[in-house]
Order: sequence, then structure tokens, then C-alpha cells
Amino acid sequence: MIDVVVQGVLLGGYYAILAAGLAFLYSVMGLFNLAHGSFAVLAAYFVVMLCDALGLDPFLAIALVVLALGVIGVVVERLVFEPSTRGGPLLSVLATFGLSVVLDNAMFQVFGANTRSLAPYIGDLSWASWELGDLYVGKLAVITLVAAVAVLGGLHLFLTHTGLGRAIRATAQDADTAGLVGIDPRRARTIAAAIAFMTIGLAGAALGMRATFTPYSGTPQLLFAFQAAVIGGSNSIWGTLIGGIVLGLSQTIGAEISTQGFFIAGNLVFFAVLFARLYGGSLRLPALILKRKV
Amino acid sequence: MSQPYEVERWNTRARITVWAFVLGCAVLALAPLWGSPAFLSRSVVLFVYVLLAVTWNALAGYAGLMSVGQQAFFGLGAYFTIRLSDGGVPVFAAMAVAAGAVALVSVPISYVMLRLKAGEFAIGMWVLASLLHLLVNLDPLIQGETGISLLALNAFDPKTRMVVIYLFGLLSAVGVVAGMLLLLRSRFGAALQAIRDSEEAAGSIGVPVFRTKQLVFVFAALGAALAGALWLASTVSFQPKTYFGIQWMAYTVFMVIVGGIGTFEGALIGAVIFFVIETLLASFGLWYLILLGGTAVFFALAFPQGVWGYARNRHGWFLLPIGRTLITREKTTGAE
Repeated sequence: MIDVVVQGVLLGGYYAILAAGLAFLYSVMGLFNLAHGSFAVLAAYFVVMLCDALGLDPFLAIALVVLALGVIGVVVERLVFEPSTRGGPLLSVLATFGLSVVLDNAMFQVFGANTRSLAPYIGDLSWASWELGDLYVGKLAVITLVAAVAVLGGLHLFLTHTGLGRAIRATAQDADTAGLVGIDPRRARTIAAAIAFMTIGLAGAALGMRATFTPYSGTPQLLFAFQAAVIGGSNSIWGTLIGGIVLGLSQTIGAEISTQGFFIAGNLVFFAVLFARLYGGSLRLPALILKRKV
Repeated sequence: MSQPYEVERWNTRARITVWAFVLGCAVLALAPLWGSPAFLSRSVVLFVYVLLAVTWNALAGYAGLMSVGQQAFFGLGAYFTIRLSDGGVPVFAAMAVAAGAVALVSVPISYVMLRLKAGEFAIGMWVLASLLHLLVNLDPLIQGETGISLLALNAFDPKTRMVVIYLFGLLSAVGVVAGMLLLLRSRFGAALQAIRDSEEAAGSIGVPVFRTKQLVFVFAALGAALAGALWLASTVSFQPKTYFGIQWMAYTVFMVIVGGIGTFEGALIGAVIFFVIETLLASFGLWYLILLGGTAVFFALAFPQGVWGYARNRHGWFLLPIGRTLITREKTTGAE
């Protein structure tokens, strides 16, 4: 039982890192990026390509891909997010959904149907574990959890302690007023998109290292990220981490009950939390530390 | 006391359109007498698209509920048909009852989902579809992803079967289109369009926002369930993955956004456009899906009013009188 709990918490680390970008973009721009999972899968393919074709060191490859995703984030912000949010939040749903359809099928065309993984490139890290008494704790899972804490903590410090972070928070609260006090809302949004996409790059690398993926793995990743973000729904940046851990725990416990229990338990806990929040108070999605007034 | 204007709700062009529509339906209803089997079976595909497009347009275009999870009801409509048929209900009755049952199921669901806003609602519906998919897989009758066939259909000879499925599809599609028109012309339609334009403003003048949205949500669930049952009848086999798959939403979004979201005629035009494109390009496999997604993104960003919205705004066209047109009378004297 302790084993199941430990595995669940560690899995939660992956979900937290996956949800960070989705929740961050939502709190800054008020839009849910439905292509979120697809971009994570794209990042995973990029890392495989760099390791496979160029023979790069996997961690150098991940660093490059994180930077590349940042650039993609800027492009997507300018070409898709910015024009679509001008037409209201509904158009951004349509536009990012269309984008996910394009990305998933394009990846299938380019990379084929085979499942891929980063496991072959990272040596024994994919299976090595630390032994704590009777307990085996996967090194990779621990590293992912630590990375999730680092990413979320980094975002927290960035938003609270830097001028740029304050500019992004001000833009999120009221872009027009932020403009009046000398903040360039476009620049703030662009930087926020770049940061969110860099976390997607990391999440994609984590996905590739911990499991296999296919061009269509984006949908489950989007749904997991969304569930973690909603379950965590609090005003603290750590809500995302808690949401990820709750999701991971319910999945690993569900998997103990039946083979399909992994996904079903996650979904049920998601709806239970949603229901409790809707009828036991107001729904608050993780606004990180932004405290968006509804 | 007469007022210096009158409200027009009906005109000659609309009368012509409605009569043409009725005539068209009559001709289509007689299609089993003149149409080839290929014509009938392709028509069923078009009816499925019309059902999905018209009801999703009501949901997304009018009620502002941008669901990307209608495959939940599409799959459930097919699943209930299988279950009822297995339980001994005559197969064609099972299709209709299944769709009604899905509409009932959507009522309690609406209490949770409709509290979610824009993007949350969209992904929330997607999560719901994935949950229902998993739960259906648990049913031993379905055998997980292996699926099952609607064997009861084998009791009919192929010709009778095709004709009944065709007529079921025609009736469903015409019913949904007529239902949508009647809804939009009613008091409820005015409420719906007020919500579309501004939810807050509509609520502040006493429009029952939640009830109105709930009615549309159930209507859309019914439409998707009819489409699912129809698709099952025409393809016979039920594999959960195919029915609960996101591609249905890709098709639907394409139809409505290209045709003109939030316009009555737009969804129908979009369904026809998609039907033609699909007939011509489906053999291109994934490139065709990439094209669909790309076109949807392009329309959403650059041309959000769609083909029909463009024509209507530019030329003031409308085929069916949904709104109220104000006609100012000639001013005869200053006071009357």
C-alpha cells in the first residue's frame, strides 16, 4: 500500500510539470490551449530526433528542445493566441482545437505510427531505482518530481520577485491599465507564452523518458494536465502540484482495483472534485498567485 | 394607436424557402422509390453530418457552449442502441429510444458541466467523453475495444434495411432542423440569441440563462445521440474507439465554423460543404484531416463569420426568418 502511495505521488510530479504550462497560460491569458498535449508530444519527438539523428547527449537535447519550444510559444502567441483572444475566449477554443488536430495528424504523417521513447538514450536512468527498506523508488520519477517543484517554485519566484513577473501579473489582471502605467502588454503576453511553452518542452521530455508515446498521445496528456489543474484549483502555485499528486494517487490506487481503473479513477476523482467545488463553493481554477477577480 | 413601424417575422422569400424545404423533404422521402442504394447510403452519411452540425451550432454558436465532447453522446447513442437491442427491443425502435435515453442522461450531466466557463467547459466535455468511453469498455457485452455488431439488423433483407435506415436518418435530420427553426422563432430563440450576444446583459433583463442553456445542451445531446445511433445502423459494427473518438468533433467544428457559426443556415451549408470535401478527399487519409484542422484554424482566426455569415452580412441575405426585421412605415404626417 505504501508502495502504491509513493508511486502515486511520484506520478503526480509528472502531472504537475505537465499542468504547469496549461494553468500558467490560463491564468495569464484566460485561454485554455487545447493543443497543449500535442505540443508536449512534439517536444518529445524533437528530443528523440536530436538524440537519434545527431547523437546528442539527451540532456543537452532536452535543453535545446526547451529553448525551441520557447520560440514556438512566441510564434503561436503571435499567430494564434493573440488574434483568437481578440475574438473572445470561444474562438481561442476553436483555434487551438484545430491546431491540435493539425499537429496530431501531421506528427503521424512525419513520424509514423510506431511508439517511441527516450528510454534507449538515457542509459539506466529509465529503470534505475533507489532502495529504501522494502521500497524501490524510481530515480527518474524522483527527478521528475524535483523538477516539477523547481519549475513551479521558479514560476512563483519569477512572478513575485521580478519586474517582468509583475508586468505579466499586471497584464493578466487588466491589460489596458497595465498599458497606461508603461507596461507593454503584448511583450508581457509573449514572454508568458514563451515560458509556458518551455514548461511544455520539459513535460514532453518527461513524457518521453518515463513512457512510450505515439503521435496521438497528445489527447490524454491534455486531459491529464487539465484534470490536475482543476483538481488543484486554488490560488496558490502549489495547487497545481497538489492537483497533480491527487490525480497520480487516484490513478495508481484505481489501477490496483482493475486494469481500466487507472484512467477511470482519475476521471471520477476529477468529476467528484468538480462537483464538490461547484456545489460546495465557487469554482476556482488555479490562478497561480494571480488572484484573478471573477 | 398605430406605431411608425411594424415588425416583420415572415416574408415572401422565407415562404418560398420553407415551401422549397418541404418539397425537398417530400422528394427525399420518396427516394427509396427512385434512388440507388448508393444514393441512400451516402445520404445517411450526410444526415449524420447535418445532425451533428445543426445541434453543435445550437450549442456553440447560439448558447456559447464550445463543447469538444459531443462524441460522448454520439458514442452513448450507439451504445444504448446496442444494449437495448441486446435486451430484446426491436432494433429500429431501440435507436429512437436510445437517443431519448441519452437526452435524459444529459440532464443531470448539464448541472455540472454548465457551471464551467468557455475553455473549462470545452475540455471538461472532452474529459466526460473519455470517462464514458472507459465505462462503456467495462461492459462485458462490448468486449472492450474489440466491440460488437448490431446483429439484430441481420434479420432484415439488405434492401428493407437500407430503406428504413434512410428514412430514420431523413426523419431525424428534418426533425432536428425543423426543431431548431421552431426553437429559434419562439420566445426561447430570442432568449438564446440574447445570451449569444451577451450573457450578462441577457441575465440582467430577466432571461433565464441557465434553463435556456440547459435546453440547448439536451437538444445537442439528442442530436449527437441520433447521429451515433444512425452511424451504428449504417456501419453495423460498434467499436468504442471509433464512436468516442475526437475526429467527430474535428468534423463538426469544421462544418460549423466554415458554414458560419451562430447562423441557422450556416450549419447546413457547412454540412454540405464537408460532405462534398469528404467525398472528394477522404482517400488522402491524414492529409485530409490536417487540411480540415488547418481550415478550421484559418476560419476561426481570419474569417470567423464563415461562408454564410459573410454572405449575410454583405448582402443582407437570409433564407429563413429567425429574427425580427423592423420595417419603418412611410411618414405620412407628423402626428397621427
